[in-house]
Amino acid sequence: MTVGTPLPHDAAALHVTGQARYVDDLPVPANCLHLAFGLSTIARGKITGLDVSAVSAADGVVAVLTEKDLPFENDVSPSVHDEPLLATGTVHYVGQPIFLVVAQSHLAARKAARLATIEYAEETPIVTIDQALAANSRFEDGPIVWSKGDAADAIKNAANRVQGSMEIGAQEHFYLEGQVALARPQEGGDMLVHSSSQHPTEIQHKVAHALGCPMHAVRVEIRRMGGGFGGKESQGNALAVGCAIAARQTGRPCKMRYDRDDDMTITGKRHDFRIDYDVGFDKNGRVSGIEFTQYARCGWALDLSIPVADRAMLHADNAYDLPAATITSHRLKTNTQSATAYRGFGGPQGMVGIERVMDHIAHNLGLDPLEVRRTNFYRDMTETPPTPAQTTPYHMEVEDFELNAMVRELAASSDYQNRRKRIAEWNAGNEVLKKGIALTPVKFGISFTLTHLNQAGALVHVYQDGSIQMNHGGTEMGQGLFQKVAQVAAHSFGVDTKLVKITATDTAKVPNTSATAASSGSDLNGMAVKAACDTIRERISDFLMEYYQADDVRFEGGQVHIGDKVIRFEEAAILAYENRISLSATGFYKTPKIEWNRVTGRGRPFYYFAYGAAVTECVIDTLTGENRILRTDILHDAGASLNPALDIGQIEGGFVQGAGWLTTEELVWDASGRLRTHAPSTYKIPACSDRPDIFNVALWDGKNREDTIYRSKAVGEPPFMLGISAHAALSDAVAACGAAYPNLNAPATAETILHAVTAVRS
Amino acid sequence: MKVQFLLNGETVHVEGQPATRTLLDWLREDRGLNGTKEGCNEGDCGACTVMVTDERGTRTVNACILFLPQIHGKAIRTVEGISGPKGQPHPVQTHMIQKHASQCGFCTPGFVVSMAVAHKNGRTDFDDQMAGNLCRCTGYAPIIRAAEAAANDPVPDWMNDEPSDIKVSGDTGDQVFLPDTSDEFADWYVNNPDATIVAGATDVGLWVTKRLDTLDSLAFIGGIPDLQETHVSDDAITFGAAVTVARFGDLVAQHHPSFGELIRRYGSTQVRNSATIGGNIANGSPIGDSPPALIALNAKLHLRRGDARRVIALEDFYIEYGKQDREPGEFVQAIEIPRQPDRLKCYKLTKRFDQDISAVCGCFVISTENGVVADTRIAFGGMAGTPKRATHVEDALRGQNWSRKTVEDACALFNNDFSPLSDMRASAEYRLQTAQNMLIRYVLEDQGVATQVLEVSA
Ligand SMILES: Cc1cc2nc3c(=O)[nH]c(=O)nc-3n(C[C@H](O)[C@H](O)[C@H](O)COP(=O)(O)OP(=O)(O)OC[C@H]3O[C@@H](n4cnc5c(N)ncnc54)[C@H](O)[C@@H]3O)c2cc1C
Ligand code: FES
Ligand code: FES
Repeated sequence: MTVGTPLPHDAAALHVTGQARYVDDLPVPANCLHLAFGLSTIARGKITGLDVSAVSAADGVVAVLTEKDLPFENDVSPSVHDEPLLATGTVHYVGQPIFLVVAQSHLAARKAARLATIEYAEETPIVTIDQALAANSRFEDGPIVWSKGDAADAIKNAANRVQGSMEIGAQEHFYLEGQVALARPQEGGDMLVHSSSQHPTEIQHKVAHALGCPMHAVRVEIRRMGGGFGGKESQGNALAVGCAIAARQTGRPCKMRYDRDDDMTITGKRHDFRIDYDVGFDKNGRVSGIEFTQYARCGWALDLSIPVADRAMLHADNAYDLPAATITSHRLKTNTQSATAYRGFGGPQGMVGIERVMDHIAHNLGLDPLEVRRTNFYRDMTETPPTPAQTTPYHMEVEDFELNAMVRELAASSDYQNRRKRIAEWNAGNEVLKKGIALTPVKFGISFTLTHLNQAGALVHVYQDGSIQMNHGGTEMGQGLFQKVAQVAAHSFGVDTKLVKITATDTAKVPNTSATAASSGSDLNGMAVKAACDTIRERISDFLMEYYQADDVRFEGGQVHIGDKVIRFEEAAILAYENRISLSATGFYKTPKIEWNRVTGRGRPFYYFAYGAAVTECVIDTLTGENRILRTDILHDAGASLNPALDIGQIEGGFVQGAGWLTTEELVWDASGRLRTHAPSTYKIPACSDRPDIFNVALWDGKNREDTIYRSKAVGEPPFMLGISAHAALSDAVAACGAAYPNLNAPATAETILHAVTAVRS
Repeated sequence: MKVQFLLNGETVHVEGQPATRTLLDWLREDRGLNGTKEGCNEGDCGACTVMVTDERGTRTVNACILFLPQIHGKAIRTVEGISGPKGQPHPVQTHMIQKHASQCGFCTPGFVVSMAVAHKNGRTDFDDQMAGNLCRCTGYAPIIRAAEAAANDPVPDWMNDEPSDIKVSGDTGDQVFLPDTSDEFADWYVNNPDATIVAGATDVGLWVTKRLDTLDSLAFIGGIPDLQETHVSDDAITFGAAVTVARFGDLVAQHHPSFGELIRRYGSTQVRNSATIGGNIANGSPIGDSPPALIALNAKLHLRRGDARRVIALEDFYIEYGKQDREPGEFVQAIEIPRQPDRLKCYKLTKRFDQDISAVCGCFVISTENGVVADTRIAFGGMAGTPKRATHVEDALRGQNWSRKTVEDACALFNNDFSPLSDMRASAEYRLQTAQNMLIRYVLEDQGVATQVLEVSA
């Protein structure tokens, strides 16, 4: 049994010895050139003069390219062709690439990139949500509205009502490995690109357009990324295209990596949101109607903002059955980095909105927020589905809910009720320090909402010595996808994973892949690899049954059992080869059941939901707002886990990243649109001591109801949203300081907390 | 430039590099040792952590802001050298695999080096030892489990470098001045007053890697033995300018524990191992952490220019933003803290507890006699263009009953002492409010009220 085993990450031994190669570590010929972008220093305006003579004359510079030097398409957008690689006369944010320096070294390129003289006719930038609303600066013609029932009427008729608004800050991915690409010219004008990208096919596609050649002339390879988190879904396009163009023009290999400050200045981040809410409820806190207005700050180009903002709407219910709901979404265009994919893809923002509402209702009624949450939960699925059917605000039936049971177990294992009492006592005895506790649930929809992306391919070879090589369209960014899928392959042949070689993702091996995103990696690629393995295994089985005149074949423990005969897998492989059996196969998978109409806001966008819940206890200092997470208990559903160790890793890491988003990670833009926090000196992701002192993580014991790969569930994104419990716990602590509702914004930095404390006291 | 050092047990000679070539760039671009990673190029992420051994022991430093001449005569181990010469795994590597402590793996080499050095030094304060290593994937829990699991394993013998094995040549070539004594340096510096002094390079490094400055004439003073001396007498504790912040913190903690705690949160282990106390004072930063505490302790600064020496009160050194009382050719020789009963409390306010520059750093010495404030010195970083005393507040406290009421009455006077700025770290209002609240915290602590979230558990 390899499936379900807690094997280490496939590259762990390479990681710890420094041998794991990332794009910047690949050996390159000595004549390799290095690239850097010259960036806009203003947020909005026209370029009236561009003099790059000093750049060209600088030490080590080989070439300087502007938009005029691009022979074919000048576009790196993943969506609507609105993102030129190099600015075309106008600039839209501070950090927009204007020209490209090609130099002998990385340092020489960076130095030269600062030497241009650029004149602008500056215009007043649109930086904030309010400015964008005032200027009606938006994508799409107007807001998107999805609804179920008559929310306005339900709110009007409800016994109780609260209204509020919450600001939710953006988030920098801070993948430890910055963006990087390397292009190596091949014969006949072909191009080989190594790109730290979650989406090699997109890189291939954009490079082909930029070079004016068919996709078959471009091969993109990526063995691993040093973190992605969505930040390498579309943001690597510019580097790969830049390298390919420079490599084509110079005939030399070209490499580009962003220095960290450039990376943070140029690339997109998680969308910041404002969410307004208006909710009607009864004396138990049961919601009868709710209206959400979500404002997403999308930045200057569309990128992936439509599906991100859609997913925020799709998670406005989180775990709660909302009888009547109207969700309105504004996608605002601003002169800032183009906000992009980030773990959860809008889901976290939508979920923060409804969790805030649950807290606010509880505060209004003086109830334990957990009771209000439970009162509003969807009903758990039992053998017979609940009647009448329960549906989300987008009219999808919820058929696999299980949070009632999960929360019951987690509340018990974490001793929630007693601790809540003890915390109240502790707070009564402490003037300056206050504790808070909160339990928040996660229900996260699994599938790409753009239905056609839910497909995957694989290529598997069995060699005559019995070793297996496996390839699929997914990319490895640390999540352990390769190992999980290798376990699937090994399982199919009943062999040890050591026999399975996992090779770099390569557009020449598996074409037309989707981004490794939406938590779909192992669901899709695991199935595709399984299909390929099954094909080969059946061929071998059929052959062996005939050869040995037996009726059944089993692959198990490195051996093949053919009736009474037992041979080693290696023997089976060579025998099959010698008998001219094909030992190579492709596999393909597409997710069943899903169909979705985003215009009407109706359908089944998700194959299934992943569930989890977390209890977090925090303490705050009411003199300074300083705070800490003291304890977190998590129960998370990974279905029948393919690899519990890797899944727990995703959960622990996701929680800390989610908590970071809502606490210390603050992105600050000034009025001129300049990002002031563009390095780890000023942008603070959690450090070692920020993880909870006590950190208990358990997997919910259950199988996916849907027929996923060995009944597992996707686990990449959902645990990120467990971090919301930290924010809710901080809000609970602030609530202990006075009578008013805390209205705690995110991120809840020390300053934000002190501000909220002062407000609830006055 | 000509320098020699031990690299993973092997002597190397490096020549013909710019004096500001960083060890990281050299390792990756010239030496082909790609295990050491670049995550930020500014000392904040630890992906580039390497191990250094010299006569003062073994420690971690960030290779991205370390210039090659700084390692002249020392022994360096990169992640490749943490494994044994025949590829034997170090115990921390084995446990990192077993505890699932790497995901994307990009931070991992840095963690392995930090963990192996902590292991060698017998340190088990893992959160502090690894505060300078950022990981975006794991949430740190498995990494700490690995460190705990490795703690009792023996230190492999290949970890014991002998830097004295290398023959160091005195000729370090053009551009690089590596003096052996402060006398030698003083003579040279009067004649080369435009040269850049490099001590730990935790500031100067960023001028090169981020501002992309080209620096032509450099004096590396971090290795001068007599500038690394510390001295404790009945009257004073004296630190040579080149004492690292790490060593400074260890010693000062024995006399003023709150100062020790402030230094624990200064930068990270790697940064404290490089940065010097002299650099932290001389750079004139309004947000440096040691100056406000030193001013509160009434520290004296020893300056030297050629043979001329003078001693001034540290607070007088800071004239205005970007301007200090230091003549061309003059340098910081030492800092002296007068011995005194410990009444120092330092409060460092940041977005993140570890490795974060202070938004506000408030340092207070308030001594009382019979319940009355006898004397007080209060100094702040982050509240003005220089580290600065809160003289109005001090005046309001002196001679008053030491009580919450006195403090609350004095608080309004912070408005007379400071008009701070708003920036990405904090707003002006928050700075002023917390400065006041820090004073309240001081009196509450004296009254035994719990005020520190770092001391609370679930
Ligand atoms: C990641 C990181 C985190 C940091 N965190 C903190 C923090 O939490 N708190 C804090 O206070 N600082 C912090 N710093 C800033 C830095 O550590 C200090 O300013 C440091 O003390 C500078 O010392 P150095 O020896 O490295 O100086 P260098 O960089 O070598 O020099 C700094 C300046 O001082 C001059 N100089 C050095 N020594 C002398 C001397 N003896 N006489 C005259 N001039 C001299 C140099 O010419 C230069 O102008 C951090 C820096 C980094 C990179
Ligand atoms: S690369 Fe980040 S500390 Fe050196
Ligand atoms: S494992 Fe990816 S940053 Fe640590």
